[in-house]
Amino acid sequence: MERKANYSFPLLVMEIAAVLLGLIFLSPFYFVISNSVKTLGEILLNAAKWPSTYHWDNYKKVWEQLDFPHVFMNSLLITVFSVCGIVLISSMMAYRLVRKPTVFNKILFTALVASMIIPFQSVMLQLVRITSLLELRGHLYGIIICYFGFGLALSMFLFHGFIKSVPLEVEEAAVVDGCTPYGVYFKIVFPLLTPIMVTVIILNTLWIWNDYLLPVLVIGGNKDLTTIPLGITKFFGAYTKKWDLALPGLAIGIAPIIVFFLFLQKYIVEGITAGSVKG
Amino acid sequence: MKNNRLSEWMQQIVFVGPGLLFFLAVVFIPFLLGFYYSFTDWNGLDMNKANWTGLHNLHLIASDTNFWHSLGFTLKFTVVTVIGANVLAFLLALVLSRPLKTRNFLRTVFFLPNVIGGILLGFIWQFIFTKGFTTIGELTNLPFFNLPWLGTPTTGFWGIVIVFIWQTAGYMMVIYIAALAGMPKDLEEAARIDGANSFQLLWNVVVPLIMPAITICLFLTTSNAFKMFDLNLSLTKGGPGTSTQSLAFNVYAEALNNNRYGLGTMKAMLFFFAVSLITVTQVWFTKRREVEA
Repeated sequence: MERKANYSFPLLVMEIAAVLLGLIFLSPFYFVISNSVKTLGEILLNAAKWPSTYHWDNYKKVWEQLDFPHVFMNSLLITVFSVCGIVLISSMMAYRLVRKPTVFNKILFTALVASMIIPFQSVMLQLVRITSLLELRGHLYGIIICYFGFGLALSMFLFHGFIKSVPLEVEEAAVVDGCTPYGVYFKIVFPLLTPIMVTVIILNTLWIWNDYLLPVLVIGGNKDLTTIPLGITKFFGAYTKKWDLALPGLAIGIAPIIVFFLFLQKYIVEGITAGSVKG
Repeated sequence: MKNNRLSEWMQQIVFVGPGLLFFLAVVFIPFLLGFYYSFTDWNGLDMNKANWTGLHNLHLIASDTNFWHSLGFTLKFTVVTVIGANVLAFLLALVLSRPLKTRNFLRTVFFLPNVIGGILLGFIWQFIFTKGFTTIGELTNLPFFNLPWLGTPTTGFWGIVIVFIWQTAGYMMVIYIAALAGMPKDLEEAARIDGANSFQLLWNVVVPLIMPAITICLFLTTSNAFKMFDLNLSLTKGGPGTSTQSLAFNVYAEALNNNRYGLGTMKAMLFFFAVSLITVTQVWFTKRREVEA
């Protein structure tokens, strides 16, 4: 049927409809960006028009008031250290649970998988208490340690599924050659985990970068640790109707993760697909 | 021999220890503590003191109309968004699996909202609903844009629904596209030769074959919708009044605004049971419909 023309008329109709829907999906970004360089008066007059003049100093003001470089660094440090730690501890644990399925390890695996259903709200208040007791509250490392705990289960599960398909022969050969168990893991198994590691890194990065509630509870009173979502929330609360400041703030706030996505798009989409099929 | 056992112990500690330690400290122990704090008058002002009050918190919850309203709100929200997001995502996946010229570009576009967190998305849409929609309404006179968006319980509800679907559909689309690409082609052709029309093909061949993907997508959307919090906080703050408070938001507000941590914990525990019940039932139902290709 479709042999004559690969690009038929119904396909054209579909294409036009899809492009129109795509434009609707993008329209919020148009509103934010175009209005972010207007004066407040011009925004209130007509929010849909392209700006008549560009007030770039909106951005300059916001950049300073948000203390953006500082806030950005906090988000970056928390995300990078948390993700690296999660990858290391969850892959090590998964490796051991696959290779030594003792009763204890089987129960541990089941408990971790079951724990994924617990909503954050069900532990958050007690977490405030525990993190105060353990002196984790109000420290950067405290937030990172919390992410280790909350990120472990899903990441371990993904590694577990992957390690099951890693052949034992290679490891046995290495042992015969005199490699220690730790050497086997770090020199042989760990490098083989790259495909699933991409998935783990991406899922955790998107989650931790955008997370709001955990840092709010764990930074305590220490405003120095404000991350991007927290900074923007506070900023937005202070400038509710002052859209000429709120909008450039939002534009700066979403820029890093959008850049991250556009550069690593291919990996992100593949990583998410792999993660959900396993999960 | 003894050396060997020592080495095994050592390995168990090195490989499993760190993860287990963090998990216990951050997730497991707080979770268990929740069962205790649920039955106390623990408050946010004096964190060290918690008196056992028995079933008092349950009595309070039973007569807490806000809580039951937020449960109703959350259930309605979950049903609407799970259907909406999955239907949209599936249609997008069907269209974007065809050889369109803009296919790759559109996949990026539809996925894009998903990488931004709920907090920032909520703020962006606050502007769209209050200022953007008003302007479009003035220019086009369409009644849809002239509604008092976010100003009433109904528009608040649908406002959150729109943003949630906008955010979620792309993610589910990616999963559906992968499932459609992995479908065996011969069954589809056999059905066509047997004279199945497009709709029959879709309903009787395609849908059963990608049922595993449907299970996953329904699970992810159900669980995310039922636990929706960030969007709620930044888009409507539960308002007007408390009319658009999700369950997760109600738990948060009880503890952090009213300083009633004990009551909040009890609500949080009920929330946990509700989440488990709903997601487990849903997975059980859809799993039964999965077939072997």
